[in-house]
Amino acid sequence: MSGTYLGMPAFPRAADVSTRDTQLRANLTHATHTIRDKRAKAVAELDDWDQLRAAGAAVKDRVLRRLDHYLEQLEAAVTAAGGQVHWAADAEEANRIVTALVRETGEREVVKVKSMATQEIGLNQALEDAGIRAYETDLAELIVQLGDDLPSHILVPAIHRNRAEIRDIFRREMGRWGRPAPEGLSDSPAELAEAARLHLREKFLSAKVGISGANFMVAETGTLVVVESEGNGRMCLTLPETLISVVGIEKVVPTWQDLEIFLQLLPRSSTAERMNPYTSTWTGTTDGDGPRTFHLVLLDNGRTDTLADTVGRQALRCIRCSACLNVCPVYERAGGHAYGSPYPGPIGAILTPQLRGIQGPLEASLPYASSLCGACYEVCPVAIDIPEVLVHLRERVVEGGPVTRGGTRTVVKPAKGHAAERAAMRAAAWTFDHPGVLRRGMRLAARTRRLHPRRLPGPGRAWSRTRALPTVPAESFRDWWRRTRGESPSGPTGKRGAGE
Amino acid sequence: MRVALFVTCINDLLQPRTGRAVVALLERLGVTVEFPEEQSCCGQPQFNTGYRQATEPLVRRFDRAFREHDYVVTPSGSCAAMVRDNYPRIGAKAAAEGRGRELSDAAALAVPKTYELTEFLVDVLKVEDVGAYYPHTVTYHPTCHGLRVLGLGDRPRRLLQHVKGLELRELPGAEECCGFGGTFAVKNAAVSAAMGADKVRHIVSTGAEAVCTVDNSCLLHIGGTLTRQGSTVRPVHIAEILASTEGSVL
Repeated sequence: MSGTYLGMPAFPRAADVSTRDTQLRANLTHATHTIRDKRAKAVAELDDWDQLRAAGAAVKDRVLRRLDHYLEQLEAAVTAAGGQVHWAADAEEANRIVTALVRETGEREVVKVKSMATQEIGLNQALEDAGIRAYETDLAELIVQLGDDLPSHILVPAIHRNRAEIRDIFRREMGRWGRPAPEGLSDSPAELAEAARLHLREKFLSAKVGISGANFMVAETGTLVVVESEGNGRMCLTLPETLISVVGIEKVVPTWQDLEIFLQLLPRSSTAERMNPYTSTWTGTTDGDGPRTFHLVLLDNGRTDTLADTVGRQALRCIRCSACLNVCPVYERAGGHAYGSPYPGPIGAILTPQLRGIQGPLEASLPYASSLCGACYEVCPVAIDIPEVLVHLRERVVEGGPVTRGGTRTVVKPAKGHAAERAAMRAAAWTFDHPGVLRRGMRLAARTRRLHPRRLPGPGRAWSRTRALPTVPAESFRDWWRRTRGESPSGPTGKRGAGE
Repeated sequence: MRVALFVTCINDLLQPRTGRAVVALLERLGVTVEFPEEQSCCGQPQFNTGYRQATEPLVRRFDRAFREHDYVVTPSGSCAAMVRDNYPRIGAKAAAEGRGRELSDAAALAVPKTYELTEFLVDVLKVEDVGAYYPHTVTYHPTCHGLRVLGLGDRPRRLLQHVKGLELRELPGAEECCGFGGTFAVKNAAVSAAMGADKVRHIVSTGAEAVCTVDNSCLLHIGGTLTRQGSTVRPVHIAEILASTEGSVL
């Protein structure tokens, strides 16, 4: 790992390697099963969960229908409260804006609250290229950063690391970034947390610039909201003189009353808590309290294009709770890195190909990284029908079709490498639509069944490597029916007389 | 009441005994079963892989084959889910693409009359004890589309609990996908195999003689994995258990 998602291989290739990592499998199975069980209990406590879920989905859909209106309302409110709003069409523009804002302060170091949006745009790398050091202050993000690693989970970015690995990373790397790990650091959670606390405290107290994302933005008052568990976010949001928040444009909600729905949905779905420990809200700047300067960078980076897709746009409802990851059998085996983006798991499989387009081999493979078991849809607190979007995107991959890229309607070609499959699928559909051909094919299969190989060549080898092939019986059902129940009478419905 | 069997292509070619079991079971319960020979595949393999338009002739074919029937019964949660969940989508997209209402009309006819077998038994025939006899230990794996798309709930278990001689063993992690997923099994073979191995480990841990589902497609994957691992646990479709009687254990 080297801090970038660029050039990652297609999902099956990455998963082929990661599924063989027995330690990773064990870590992930333990962690995801623990949290999914806790989530189920936390959700079961509420007898109006289904209504909450429907309300959450409805509010998000309302926002998406009138996103322009709510964003302008938000901009006016933030500006009126003393903040400055910047609009970034893509990752490059967002990085340029943030880098320039930090440079204006004259500072060379910033502290960061855990933020998916800044992971998405690769902000840390952009800052480093400009000679600015960004310190991650979320415990798991710190582990990822010190380990020169990438996050593999939305909520628990270092879920792929165990305690002993974390101890080794702290011992080896902390000194290079600031205060070294205490002598004789063990792998007990309390000692590891204390080491992180001491290391980070220095950063909080010295940093003049903080960078955050936000879970929500309330349009009516221009208020940003961060929910978190560790308190590091509260430090970054209040101690620095300058605060820069980079937030996806879909994070806006109309009113505080709407926010209330999500403050119930998110913690129960995410950490399985009734309420998260820290909920920070801030509105512009306040004299004598908190940062003197506040910048809000509103990030598009493919979101408007996603919004143009009537089926795919539901992905923009996502509140980044990670419940779908924790129930996903594919995520559990493959791990988060195979998804090649800060958004792993089922939500990543529908978000990444929409934000980036489907032309790259990784992006084209993501919609297929699912058995369509539907567990993700079942737990999603904003009712994103992930299987529906996956199948919708699969069609785009194999058939191409109309999309919006960079705000312009265009027609994409199918992703590379599906010609043989397309021919086979169309031939199969044609055969199934010609019952005479189908019946002859079935009879041929039955007659030659003794000759069928035990293992298949070509793409079929992927089946027979771990699974025996079914044997073809001597007689198909339709031949049995015809033999025992007589020739079907003519007529389109194949009616049969009452007698047998 | 005119009842048609939609046997599904996988059962037609690879598991005809399941189709024969459905016929035997329903006839034992006094239902006259018809088999319109015009039927073929529901189109799920194409649709779920992204070939929606290739599926359209099969939606039309389903409509023609079963137009005269009041009920279409199928021994597959997955194929029933394809009709119920995806036929309306295929119709809506075709209409949105300016190709008329033919497919959405076909879907509107197909959806309310298509039943997975255990739904038909419990909801339409209102029967839970079908008079079956199956003297074996069995564990039940609820397949994903039956569980989460159709919402079969405990219908299959209620039917199994009334089978004489049958001892039902709880399956750990029952609601987790077995890893079949159609073309997923080939496109993401490593993950699919890992899921299958875990499912099979749970099945074997129950000590049951047989593992039963409402879907033979999942059983091909589960059974194929069991066989490759040298296990003697038998994959069996629920229809074959429910069709068994003291006179003839299938």
